[in-house]
Amino acid sequence: MYDMLALYEATSVADAIALRLEHPEAQIIAGGTDVLVQMREGKRAGKALISIQKLDEMRGVTIDEEENIRIGSLTSFTHITSDPIIQKYINVLGEAVDMVGGPQIRNAGTIGGNTCNGVTSADSASTLHAWEAMVEITGKNGVRRIPIRDFYIKAGQVDLKVEEGEIQTAILIPKASYDRTYGHYIKYAMRNAMDIATLGTSVNARLSADGKTFERVRIAFGVAGPVPMRATNAEAFINGKEVTLANIEEFGRKVLEDINPRDSWRASKAFRSHIAVESAKRCLIESVKLAGGEL
Amino acid sequence: MAKNQYKLVTCTINGREVEKMVDVRASLTDMLRNDFSLTSVKKGCEVGECGACNVLIDGECFNSCLYLAVWAEGKNITTLEGLTGPNGELSDIQQAFIDETAIQCGFCTPGFIMTAVEILNRGVEYSDDELRKLLSGHLCRCTGYENIFKAVKKTMLRRLGKLDDPYLNT
Amino acid sequence: MGEVGKKQVRVDGYDKATGRTKYYEDLMPRDALYARIKHSEIAHGYVKSVDTSAAEAIDGVVKVLTCFDVPDIPFPTAGHPWSMDPGHQDVADRLLLNRHVRYYGDDVAVVIAENEVAAMQGVRALKVEYEELPFVLDVQKAMEEGAPQLHEAYPGNILKHTDMRKGDYAAAITEEGLIKVEGWYDTPSVQHCHIENFGCFAYEENGRVTVVSSTQIPHIIRRVVGQALGRPWANIRIIKPYIGGGFGNKQDALYEPLCAWCSTQVGGRCVRVDCSREETFVSNRVRHAIRFHIVSWVRPDGTMAARKVECFSNQGSYASHGHSIVAKAMGSFAQIYPCDHMECDAWTVFTNRPTAGAMRGYGMPQASFANEANIDDIAKALNIDPLALREKIIMPKGFRDAFSQNENYEDSFRQCLEKGKAYIDYDRKVAEFAKDTGPIRRGIGVAAFWYNTGVYPISLETSSNRMLLNLDGTVTMQCGETEIGQGADTAYAQMTADVVGLKSYRDVNVVSCQDTDITPTGLGAYASRQTYMAGFSIRQTGELLKKKILEYACEVTRQTVGNMDIVDGNIVRKPDGRVLMSLSELAMTAQYNPVHSEHITAESTYTIRNNAYSFGCTFVEVEVDVPMCKVMLKDIVNVHDCGQLINPALAEAQVHGGMSMAIGYGMGEQLLFDEKTGKPLNNNLLDYKLSTIMDHPHLEAQFVENFEPTSPFGTKALGEPPACSGAPAIRNAILNATGVSIDQNPMNPHILFKRFAEEGLLAD
Repeated sequence: MYDMLALYEATSVADAIALRLEHPEAQIIAGGTDVLVQMREGKRAGKALISIQKLDEMRGVTIDEEENIRIGSLTSFTHITSDPIIQKYINVLGEAVDMVGGPQIRNAGTIGGNTCNGVTSADSASTLHAWEAMVEITGKNGVRRIPIRDFYIKAGQVDLKVEEGEIQTAILIPKASYDRTYGHYIKYAMRNAMDIATLGTSVNARLSADGKTFERVRIAFGVAGPVPMRATNAEAFINGKEVTLANIEEFGRKVLEDINPRDSWRASKAFRSHIAVESAKRCLIESVKLAGGEL
Repeated sequence: MAKNQYKLVTCTINGREVEKMVDVRASLTDMLRNDFSLTSVKKGCEVGECGACNVLIDGECFNSCLYLAVWAEGKNITTLEGLTGPNGELSDIQQAFIDETAIQCGFCTPGFIMTAVEILNRGVEYSDDELRKLLSGHLCRCTGYENIFKAVKKTMLRRLGKLDDPYLNT
Repeated sequence: MGEVGKKQVRVDGYDKATGRTKYYEDLMPRDALYARIKHSEIAHGYVKSVDTSAAEAIDGVVKVLTCFDVPDIPFPTAGHPWSMDPGHQDVADRLLLNRHVRYYGDDVAVVIAENEVAAMQGVRALKVEYEELPFVLDVQKAMEEGAPQLHEAYPGNILKHTDMRKGDYAAAITEEGLIKVEGWYDTPSVQHCHIENFGCFAYEENGRVTVVSSTQIPHIIRRVVGQALGRPWANIRIIKPYIGGGFGNKQDALYEPLCAWCSTQVGGRCVRVDCSREETFVSNRVRHAIRFHIVSWVRPDGTMAARKVECFSNQGSYASHGHSIVAKAMGSFAQIYPCDHMECDAWTVFTNRPTAGAMRGYGMPQASFANEANIDDIAKALNIDPLALREKIIMPKGFRDAFSQNENYEDSFRQCLEKGKAYIDYDRKVAEFAKDTGPIRRGIGVAAFWYNTGVYPISLETSSNRMLLNLDGTVTMQCGETEIGQGADTAYAQMTADVVGLKSYRDVNVVSCQDTDITPTGLGAYASRQTYMAGFSIRQTGELLKKKILEYACEVTRQTVGNMDIVDGNIVRKPDGRVLMSLSELAMTAQYNPVHSEHITAESTYTIRNNAYSFGCTFVEVEVDVPMCKVMLKDIVNVHDCGQLINPALAEAQVHGGMSMAIGYGMGEQLLFDEKTGKPLNNNLLDYKLSTIMDHPHLEAQFVENFEPTSPFGTKALGEPPACSGAPAIRNAILNATGVSIDQNPMNPHILFKRFAEEGLLAD
């Protein structure tokens, strides 16, 4: 039995917005795998909840008229991984969310929840950053879209305006982002399942037609800073460069100019930094292979 | 102080449509154990880390501790009790858990078997690595997972007609 | 054909596979009140006051009890047999709730409420005022002068110090040509992590207190609850239903005394205490973190000239099993690798950590880690193959321990090592892996372990048994050596069937759930004792039952007792094997005989004054990703000589579980504490890295079956041994792969990163 003050169950997106305006102090709950854990721990004990669990209109993956890949915020990790659109265009996202917790958590957890909790270790977050996803937010005044980078304000806080009754309704990957692009994700954790990332590294690459030049490389980390982050210096270094192991080595070292992991009991800054360099290299090598490049 | 809040939930549990007035604060674990006496649903952590409370909801596995009872509305739920036939007949996976010595203290067993059911119902032949990943949402302290893995793998192969060697040693 | 030695399925398999097995919470009375405990939020200090007013105002809160309300009766908690010798009794340093709090998580108050939420809210609403004291977490810092003191009765925080002297160490080390191999080896606090958390409920009935508890030791819990409440022990009744694992944590009185007392404070109403996972990690028991200092003086051929061993055992805040654990650990050094000149010391020291108690292996996972690491360090220093070194110096056949009278009747160690070596393909792989120089390096490691069976001669070993002949010719059997998941009931059924002469182990109804009002007194499930100890009373009681059956049969068949036997559930005439009558016919006749009616039963107690060695080893193959600081287990095998197997399938399963625990101990598990506050940091199953199915390779379990001559069924310890040698084997495999010695477990990526960096293996 949860120590819950009240439960408001939304029946539609509009209803969810109305409930949010009516109960601004209430916490939104989607899959429950974070919120209920915190309620059990006592952190959110005694709070009211607005459940959006039943809003099936927010589930599923489609390609919209602008050729964006549109992932409804309530789509579970399992459904993302098994979705044919994801598998065809952005398989790395399916692979990344397939490393969240264990199978039952992946059946329950949603990509919306994974991003709205504002946690740097979220397995989807680094890949969404690396693919420059857009976040669709719906409120009383309609829909707005913002880059995922702007969605994260600080650790644990995202750009959802309670006074606007806003909820996140979808994540979009623009065509320009996924076209001819291949990526790889390394979840570095202490065990091979049921774990949170010590460091998450997501890299994707688009190579020139002859496969010899890095046309566009993007890299993002989780747990390398308070929120998921891109490594822009490393990207600036590698873009336009020849596809060589030496360049990839340098790319790896460059990420140290970008990241800012902290010392905590979960891992030291030095350790996370070391793993970031190694993971960046390995992810890029893997991305090159997937993109048909040779090393 | 807010008055307690209740909701009528209608759902199917182990093939039978049921109705129950539940406290909105209840987890599905609470409802299944307390209102329906389905005590195969075990509590090992109540925060989704151990898998002991795992049940099937519309064919997919969920840790019922992290699932509100009111969300069960309209759902089809199966617990381990639902696998046993009317005269106590065991399903193949239950029998395999017994035959392969995959059971010790028995506390993780119900959750593991329900995940095995989800896996086996797909009718797919998984590699050993895939199978391990599919079973990875459960913790067990007695068996080292060895015989659990064996029981699930053998049942998978048996269902696919590929278990030639009855003494298959994985 | 007998049942002993056969691979049979568990007697409780069907119920467990259908989910109908009842654990304590499944038996909960509907009207039970919820008791939740307020735990200390400081590591050390005094509770000055507890403001209960806000908690008491919560709707549903029935009563709040604090450390100012409890009786002033100190009691012990260790699951040891009672000793009539006061000097040999466990340390009584516990109160039900504590004003002097000694660790972050100590028990300060309890809120009893009609529902779970009110109880939780009540606990959160308590306002506790503390007078904080400095605290200490490290075992050696706690021994320093000026360290914070935990118990008045134990100055310097030393619960106990014992030593062992053999030969003349000081003289022996002067021998010419000796090589000194010295090391410090550190093991962590870990927790049992049985999947069922501890819980219990208590109520009064006819002036007596009944506690239904998830425990391994019902009869010992009865005594402790009696002590804690100041009631005669017989005034207490403990019921043990099926339990979801114990591994030693439940070989201790946990919250049974508090729960029982709470019931008495609310007029005998039923009160439940259910530990959350977070509480189980901190406020139950943990395994002792032991630090070892070993100085080995060896000759170039590997033989040992002299050895010094110091063991510092971190007891945490209360005595619990106390010094017994490190005493056993220290004792192993003189036996597994015999050495003529030894100086050994062991200290058990209080610190402001959770209380350490019994955990599978009872000191031996720690001792094995240190000893086997040191043996590999010696091999490295001498440039000898570590397996060859072990084969040379490990305990020889015929070795006899003067204290326990244990004897190594066969060459168990070498036989086990030989088997493991063959399985892992040792020679070929060691040679092949030595060529690895890149980022991925492979290695093979080996470690052995020493163990014994039960607690004789240190403590009492006794087992009682009751057998009833049922009207259908089956036998009901009951004893206090409890089923806790390991499969004891199945083994007992097999043994009983053979002794009595039943057709199948299925003809034995083992009463699994123990009730101290009914069950013959037994000590419980611990010390890998059940199969060995219960074997004595099963043999004795089974023979007694058989004699009574045949005596009655004599009246019916007019055959002398000596001329009859029981075979496959029938009474047969010995010379020609003719079936005279079935046991069912005999039972019916005896029960309903109008002239001489008899319910045929037998009950007896056997005092066991034997012990038995139980040995084995682990071989591991690893692949180390050096830049990623990760170890992948590729293969692992345990080989055990635990005597004759009663049930090979269950024995193998038992070994798997121990191997898994050893893998966790080697690679991931460790309770962490905040240095600034003493607060536990990772007391949940997400942050505490118990291995998952994806962290294991196939687990191979093999046996050398040397019949144990002291044992009625030729068997000996297997419960704990599988958990003992896995971690050092992993350590030695990493050493073999990388040349880097890691002298602490778990060998997780953090420590690998540190050590690889120190040894220059990492490029940056």
